[in-house]
Amino acid sequence: MSGLSVDHLLGIKDLKASDIELIFSTADGFKEVINRPIRKVPSLRDTTVANLFFENSTRTKLSFELAEKRLSADVLNFSSSGSSVKKGETLVDTVNNILAMKVDMVVMRHPDPGAAVFLARNVKAKVINAGDGTHEHPTQALLDAYSIRERLGSVKGKKVLIVGDIMHSRVALSNIHCLKKLGAQVMLCGPTTLIPKHIESLGVKVETDLLKALKWCDVVNMLRIQLERQKGGQEQFNLFPSLREYTMLFGLNKEVLDRVGKEIVIMHPGPINRGVEISSEVADGANSIILDQVENGVAVRMAVLYLLAGRQ
Amino acid sequence: MNPVTILNSTEFELTINRLCYQLIEDHDDLSNAALIGLQPRGIYLLARIEKVLKKILGHDDILTGHLDITFHRDDIRRHDVPPSPSSTDLDFDLEGKNVVLVDDVLFTGRTTRAGLEALLHFGRPDKVQLMCMIDRRFSRHLPIQPDYIGRWVDTIASERVEVRWKEIDGQDKVILYSDKEK
Repeated sequence: MSGLSVDHLLGIKDLKASDIELIFSTADGFKEVINRPIRKVPSLRDTTVANLFFENSTRTKLSFELAEKRLSADVLNFSSSGSSVKKGETLVDTVNNILAMKVDMVVMRHPDPGAAVFLARNVKAKVINAGDGTHEHPTQALLDAYSIRERLGSVKGKKVLIVGDIMHSRVALSNIHCLKKLGAQVMLCGPTTLIPKHIESLGVKVETDLLKALKWCDVVNMLRIQLERQKGGQEQFNLFPSLREYTMLFGLNKEVLDRVGKEIVIMHPGPINRGVEISSEVADGANSIILDQVENGVAVRMAVLYLLAGRQ
Repeated sequence: MNPVTILNSTEFELTINRLCYQLIEDHDDLSNAALIGLQPRGIYLLARIEKVLKKILGHDDILTGHLDITFHRDDIRRHDVPPSPSSTDLDFDLEGKNVVLVDDVLFTGRTTRAGLEALLHFGRPDKVQLMCMIDRRFSRHLPIQPDYIGRWVDTIASERVEVRWKEIDGQDKVILYSDKEK
């Protein structure tokens, strides 16, 4: 029996397929735990985890916090608004001060790509990346792949389409790495301005016609348009003309799905912009596993915390 | 010292039969009992006990389940890699039941401790008892004693006892290994 090949979870790129399989089989056990009458196990009762969120988050933060509490860890929560970060403290100083309080693991979300890698090199604690800028969001990719495995039996050989703002999406990048490692085929779809050049070098297909792409796939993962990461902010769109045009060309709704004429599993990492990238009817429909993704998120994060905390 | 056979397949079968009759002495027709095997290897003793009980009692009405204790262990951070879980399969209410926890070897008692804790997450049984195929006495770390014992064995900590099952290991046998060999 072997454990994970890594000491930190910084990105899916660093993992082996066997690591991902181990996380999934461990998550199966935790999924059973979180459906018990008492949804708590004492596995990490001697572990303290700090959740450092330098960027807004609802789902990921709550999901990690719940996973830690279900494992009986002691939890410290930190968000950069209202903290000394605003007074000019550096990241390493902030984290080392928190670690001086005897913290074993750090879960961090940060707006800068590479922040988690930087932290792992500079502090003595296990680091879990909960999203670093446009780089990676490994636990999201793990829970997405886990949800596909749960719904379709396996990930291998499945055709997965990722639609939307690939350029600014850490979810897309982590998903591509994760799905490829598990043997799935991946296609990206979106306006050409939102698809990075040379992305094909990761072994993915690119298609700009949503209908064609949908006809190809078994599973579609709809991404949110990240207005906050575009230069013009909410009011101005530098990379596509208007939200309305985006919705017309790349929005997922019942009419488009009817034209595809086959069952497709619908996923979304949240938060959903209803009526922009996906219509309410589709998001709440029978083929949607959006809420299963949220439930699985807790089990998968429990597995990651458990497997990393247990490493000597 | 060569590996010592503690129970051969004939003795093995006799022991299983005796354990079944002891259960019936205490629990009548087992209508209010629940037999719960501890993962990973207690489930084989459970399966064997269940099979023999059905034959003796002439009915199939025996509540059984599997309990995985991995996440309740107290030594998770003492291993190089954290132990992998097996499945838990308990689809009945424990309220008011007389539970018998079933495991193959009782050694330090730590697995049983974790099993008790895991069990109580599923409800409040009336009574909990413990059955083991092999009791390595005098090596307990915790005040835990079995109610149904296949065979007592006196061992030192460096020795190892292995219960082999026909279903997975090809033969029914209990073997004692000294520290030098595997």
